[in-house]
Amino acid sequence: MAEKSKEIDKSSIIKRPPMDLKHPQETLLRKKAIPTIYCPGCGIGTTIHAFLEALTKYSKIPQDQIFVVSGIGCTGRASGYINLDGFHAIHGRAIPFASGVDIAKPSLKPIVISGDGDLFSIGLGHLAHAARRNTDMTVICINNAIYGLTGGQDAPTTPVGAKTRSTPYGKISFPFNLSHITIANGATFCARYTVYEFVQLSKAIGRAINHQGFSFIEVISNCHVNFGRRNDLGDSIAMRQMFKKARVRMKEEDIGFDLHKTDIEYEIGKGFTKIPTGVFLNEKDEPEEFSERITHAYEFKK
Amino acid sequence: MVVEKQQQKVLTGTYFKNGNWAIIEGAIASGIAEFFAYPISPASEIVEYVTYRLPAVGGKAAFIVEDEIASINMCIGASWAGSKVLTATSGPGFSLKQEGLGLAYMTETPLVCVNIMRGGPSTGLPTFSAQGDYMQAQFGSHGDYPAIALTPWSVQECFDLTIEAFNISEQLRSPVILLADGEVGRMMEEITIPDEKDIKVINRKQPPKNTDKSKFRQYDVSGQDDLVPPMAHFGEGYKIFGTGLTHTEDGLPKLDEDLHIELITRLYKKLEVNKHLFTEPYTYEIDDAEVVVIATGITARACLQAVMDARDQGMKVGLYRPITVWPFPKEDIEKIAQKAEIIVAEMSMGQLIWPVERFAKKKCTLVRRIGGTPPEPKKILDAVRKLVKK
Ligand SMILES: Cc1ncc(C[n+]2csc(CCOP(=O)(O)OP(=O)(O)O)c2C)c(N)n1
Ligand code: SF4
Ligand SMILES: [Mg+2]
Repeated sequence: MAEKSKEIDKSSIIKRPPMDLKHPQETLLRKKAIPTIYCPGCGIGTTIHAFLEALTKYSKIPQDQIFVVSGIGCTGRASGYINLDGFHAIHGRAIPFASGVDIAKPSLKPIVISGDGDLFSIGLGHLAHAARRNTDMTVICINNAIYGLTGGQDAPTTPVGAKTRSTPYGKISFPFNLSHITIANGATFCARYTVYEFVQLSKAIGRAINHQGFSFIEVISNCHVNFGRRNDLGDSIAMRQMFKKARVRMKEEDIGFDLHKTDIEYEIGKGFTKIPTGVFLNEKDEPEEFSERITHAYEFKK
Repeated sequence: MVVEKQQQKVLTGTYFKNGNWAIIEGAIASGIAEFFAYPISPASEIVEYVTYRLPAVGGKAAFIVEDEIASINMCIGASWAGSKVLTATSGPGFSLKQEGLGLAYMTETPLVCVNIMRGGPSTGLPTFSAQGDYMQAQFGSHGDYPAIALTPWSVQECFDLTIEAFNISEQLRSPVILLADGEVGRMMEEITIPDEKDIKVINRKQPPKNTDKSKFRQYDVSGQDDLVPPMAHFGEGYKIFGTGLTHTEDGLPKLDEDLHIELITRLYKKLEVNKHLFTEPYTYEIDDAEVVVIATGITARACLQAVMDARDQGMKVGLYRPITVWPFPKEDIEKIAQKAEIIVAEMSMGQLIWPVERFAKKKCTLVRRIGGTPPEPKKILDAVRKLVKK
């Protein structure tokens, strides 16, 4: 009762932003599609912003040559909010859709933005093959360790022991290391950052877009609503603080051939304790990207 | 392999070839740019032949991809980038393509999918012929959508109907299924490919050149009598967006009852107002017939033999062979049923008999055979005799 009578500290109330406040990347947002479906504080918004920054600051590819594809999931809705050519493919199939476009119009650069479940559970086969072919596309995977959209069931990225709606006794099976899988299958550029590392993430996305061939960005993101809440990891800010503490910067030289060095560590009760981040692979003598290889293969001598 | 002619787009001339070959020649004459598929009997020949033929005539790509799911989704992507695309498969692969086909119907994506029907369910009889996928062609993907499916009975029709399939697909912005039974795909007979100038090829409607790209609404059909929205492609500056979710005229997701009703109703209406585009059925002596045999593909050829034999014996019998099976030719069936008894002959446990009986509004006779062979003419003749005597 005593608590209630306490005077409210008005300075702590967040003021409603003025109505004329503009998003720094306003022209790249599809206004008709906004408001987004995202929970406040979700790392997907941060990643979309980092991508738009990459497009305007670091990418050398003209915006009219970029198109964005995503699959199904919270992340899957990302393509709809970006004011470029885009497509919302079915669950797991963003990569084949993008591959079809890339082959039909090689002048376009496909950007796939999708979730860990979409790309590495139902869509893993396609990711492996696109990496093997070195298709010219950038895949940005938002790894929130959960199936967000469907309400928080365990994904192939969910750490052992983590509680989800479908692992009430703790996750039993081992998680994938997404960057490891992608490099092993033939990607020619790979980086991982957490949503805490906004600038580095944005720069890495820019490098990935400029890279010719299959480039992969793994974004460790917070689904505080479905993952954080059930594992006592706090809100969006608390989860980002956790990412800040857990990240360990790694360079290509540090990793060498031992991709296990990029493994993420997680402890029940503590959350993520180690998240190696950085540019893990940048093949300078990259093999030719796929659509160029096709063109060369079909050059017939008359 | 006709190496000396490989770089000629339309192979004008008369040949002794199989249906799978004719389908590829039809697709190339239609102007496909890409082909993506996964090999499967009895459609493997298509996959093999196209990888040799298409690049030679300037096609952008023809190759095998990781699975049928990838192939249908790559086709959808290529179509949104402006290409005419083909994929081909059989039974199990057709099952895997169903979710992708649903996306193509929903996003109004032109493409042609060939299904060379084999014995099922499951792995069934891989190298044997069947006609068991008629229902799947219409009801295989979840939800409400109006399918389009054509079915050939000869090698010549494999060529002609592939071109028809592309023309319909382009005009209606819809996937079209070419359903050929394994027998029609693999049997060899004479086929004539006409001169290139005599082949009618129709391409999709695109927004007029002077369109204000910033105001373009990609699913807006106002002013379009055919209810088909003009199709803009990626990389043309329109900033288009596609989704399998229920969407607005801007192509953006909106989960709304009225909008859903409006969208799905238009997809059905689109087929209705463009009925004239669908290939007419083949009929043989049905005007005075007391009994009409209904069949498709190789089974219809067995039926034609039976009908001719019956006519020789003085029985008033005819053959009705729908070429467009979906949308189902309901008016024709209603008309036939008023004057004649109906026999449906199929190389399945009975599929087309369902819609036939529904629109005939009476019991029809089913003559069926499974296991790779169509019902023999004798069996069909026996069924005819029973009905004529009555
Ligand atoms: C074929 C199919 N199976 C299942 C679903 C249901 N589904 C929608 S999103 C999703 C998981 C998405 O997880 P993720 O890709 O990690 O995206 P997030 O929501 O976490 O961003 C599932 C299982 C579906 N849409 N389609
Ligand atoms: S459910 Fe999770 S992933 Fe989805 S919007 Fe909310 S916080 Fe983000
Ligand atoms: Mg996820």
